Amino acid sequence: MDGVVQLQRQLLDYTTLLFQEGFLNDQFTQLQQLQDETNPDFVVEVVSLFFEDSERLLNELANTLDQQSIDFRKVDSHVHQLKGSSSSIGAQRVQNVCIAFRNFCDAQNTEGCLKCLQQVKNEYALVKNKLETLFQLEQQILAAGGSIPM
Amino acid sequence: MESCDCIDPPWPGDELLMKYQYISDFFIALAYFSIPLELIYFVKKSAVFPYRWVLVQFGAFIVLCGATHLINLWTFGMHSRNVEVVMTTAKVLTAVVSCVTALMLVHIIPDLLSVKTRELFLKNKAAELDREMGLIRTQEETGRHVRMLTHEIRSTLDRHTILKTTLIELGRTLSLEECALWMPTRTGLELQLSYTLRQQNPVGFTIPIQHPVINQVFSSNRAVKISPNCPVARLRPLAGKYMPGEVVAVRVPLLHLSNFQINDWPELSTKRYALMVLMLPSDSARQWHVHELELVEVVADQVAVALSHAAILEESMRARDLLMEQNVALDIARREAETAVRARNDFLAVMNHEMRTPMHAIIALSSLLQETELTPEQRLMVEAILKSSSLLATLINDVLDLSRLEDGSLQLENGTFNLHVLFREVLNLIRPIASVKKLFVSSSLAPDLPEFAVGDEKRLMQIMLNVVGNAVKFSNEGNISIFAFIAKSESLRDSRAPDFFPVHSDNHFYLRVQVKDSGSGIDPQDISKLFTKFAQSQSLAARNSGGSGLGLAICKRFVNLMGGHIWIESEGLGKGSTAVFIVKLGIPEYSNESKLPFFPKVSANHCQTNFPGLKVLVMDDNGVSRSVTKGLLVHLGCDVTTVGSADDCLRVVSQEHNVVFLDVCMPGVDGYEVAIRIHEKFTKCHQGPLLVALMGNTDRVTKENYLRVGINGVVLKPVSVDKMRSVLSEVLEHRFLFETC
Repeated sequence: MDGVVQLQRQLLDYTTLLFQEGFLNDQFTQLQQLQDETNPDFVVEVVSLFFEDSERLLNELANTLDQQSIDFRKVDSHVHQLKGSSSSIGAQRVQNVCIAFRNFCDAQNTEGCLKCLQQVKNEYALVKNKLETLFQLEQQILAAGGSIPM
Repeated sequence: MESCDCIDPPWPGDELLMKYQYISDFFIALAYFSIPLELIYFVKKSAVFPYRWVLVQFGAFIVLCGATHLINLWTFGMHSRNVEVVMTTAKVLTAVVSCVTALMLVHIIPDLLSVKTRELFLKNKAAELDREMGLIRTQEETGRHVRMLTHEIRSTLDRHTILKTTLIELGRTLSLEECALWMPTRTGLELQLSYTLRQQNPVGFTIPIQHPVINQVFSSNRAVKISPNCPVARLRPLAGKYMPGEVVAVRVPLLHLSNFQINDWPELSTKRYALMVLMLPSDSARQWHVHELELVEVVADQVAVALSHAAILEESMRARDLLMEQNVALDIARREAETAVRARNDFLAVMNHEMRTPMHAIIALSSLLQETELTPEQRLMVEAILKSSSLLATLINDVLDLSRLEDGSLQLENGTFNLHVLFREVLNLIRPIASVKKLFVSSSLAPDLPEFAVGDEKRLMQIMLNVVGNAVKFSNEGNISIFAFIAKSESLRDSRAPDFFPVHSDNHFYLRVQVKDSGSGIDPQDISKLFTKFAQSQSLAARNSGGSGLGLAICKRFVNLMGGHIWIESEGLGKGSTAVFIVKLGIPEYSNESKLPFFPKVSANHCQTNFPGLKVLVMDDNGVSRSVTKGLLVHLGCDVTTVGSADDCLRVVSQEHNVVFLDVCMPGVDGYEVAIRIHEKFTKCHQGPLLVALMGNTDRVTKENYLRVGINGVVLKPVSVDKMRSVLSEVLEHRFLFETC
């Protein structure tokens, strides 16, 4: 029992840290609120979807930006998608980079785009890492017989 | 030969005389022998002759006499002793038999004589019977004649035919020379010759009814023989110098309907008689026989009955004709009335609009005029115009309403309304006027008064305003209090309303409103006139109340239509009055009120916590955000379908979906276009799903453009649970939501 409480405390602290550092925002809390008995893995499902989607998009972006003549419209569309996904789950930093990315697209600034792409990739990797850790913590708590604190 | 000296022939020489004697004796003997034979022969033939024994005796006597005479033949000459003996025997026998016969005849002859007497007697009787047969046959014939006559008379119900037939048949049956009927005139003072047998068109002789002969005839119900010189009998100029035939007169009672009582025979005290006069042919020796007189009397009676039947028939035909005429007249009158009502209704319908339009124009323009700059005199004039025209408008409305109420064509428009709000509005309307008169208005609603009720809100308001308005009108000081509560059954039964029977049912209640004022009061004897239209008591009129007197009459009609009752109580002049009315209102059922089938109606300030069963379609090409939105909606209890493209959306969307969320910042997809195409799909149905556009907060939003394409709401992403909840509430309730950044 003691372990559970500790784990829970750890989870809370970790989550708070993520919020403070701006990796996640209120939208993520909303997602957590949607999770209930009827939908116990909602957050995990959505986040997994996000990961898949984002990876695909990042690959696409890399390909598109690799072309000789860059189709900025296509780039913009991908970034838009990414922005949408990240904002849906509350990955704030990713979202912010996407916004900047879109501006460069509008300006048809290849260098800027490439730089943003790099940034996005980094941010994405970061948030993915964090979220995975979060989920692991949650699993540990559940395995120990506790419940996830809201 | 020795001859006997016993008989000496007297004259020996008279051989001729002896010869003659000899022959005569022989013939006598013959006769004597043949007579019995004849007798026997004929008696044998007849077989009814009762005295056979006598006949045998007689025969024997005759035979023996004949034998004697025969034997005598031998005694003329010399004869032997035997002959003498035989002769003696014969004589002796004859003597015996003849004596016996003689004795016998003494008995028989009276009998035979009496037979003859009886025969005579029987013959007389036969003759008498014959005569009587003749009489009976005559009577039978008379009876037949009467029956036939009666049949003829009764086979028609026409007065003239009856009388004519009577005379004809009587004339034929009795072989009359002339037959006449005298009817009393209308005045009853004279008899008029109405019908005769021989003359076709009798000239209207009249004879005064007061004649001894006539009186004599009228006073008896028998046929009376009258003199041919009597004025009633003098129908034709006397033709011939011979004796005119005998005349008989009989009365014929003329019965009226009124003579017939149910249980009695008609009284014979009816004064009206007709006179039938019958004349036998002149120059014949005929006399009136009794049976003929009886026949005449019977016929007269039958004629009386037939005439009364004819009279009854005439009466009933006349009554029936009268009835038919009346029916026709009634029908015409009814149709006229209907036409009049229809004309009136048409007139009202037209005038309704025609009268109100100018009225409203006047009022509206006068009010506008009031707002402009006016000199004080002008202002006064405009105010006067406004007041008068408002009054007139009220009057017109009242009259039109009342006439619709009168012929029952007014119907209540029932609906659900807020009772408390109604009272508040009435108070709000009345307060300004009351405060001008420095009156204080208070109201108290019972706590168990339901908030909502089913009834005609407009008319109830009208009633309340009228009642409270009257209270204000007739009070110069003090206060006015309004009480409203649910009337329980005991308080409903009021001695003032004996024919008001409140019926309780589960979904109705009786609202009782009392308005008490401390005003001028009403004289108790005027109370009954209060609800009569146009009637105003003197005191009220004198105060220049400015009312038309219609208000309370209309209120009463409305209250009655609502199944209630209204009355006013007052203790007298100067003591104030209380107006009370009770109306029947319905209790609304809440389940009937929802327009959307899935969830109950929501009051303005609450949000729904859940939207169970709400069918939502989400269109979003971004998988993540699609599943997040879906998760949100599922969490709120909706039934969510997701599509990833506009084409899929258009394919999937159906009438079952209540809300469609469109992510309109999908690149390459025009949100407007999708909305338009969705609407196109549903123009045939009355209502397509509500469309809500989801967009990011950096996108430009033009509310007008979205309204133009029929989008009901715009929401900015990201959407939280609470936000989604309130979005759904707003959109579902108001079909409108626009969020701006």
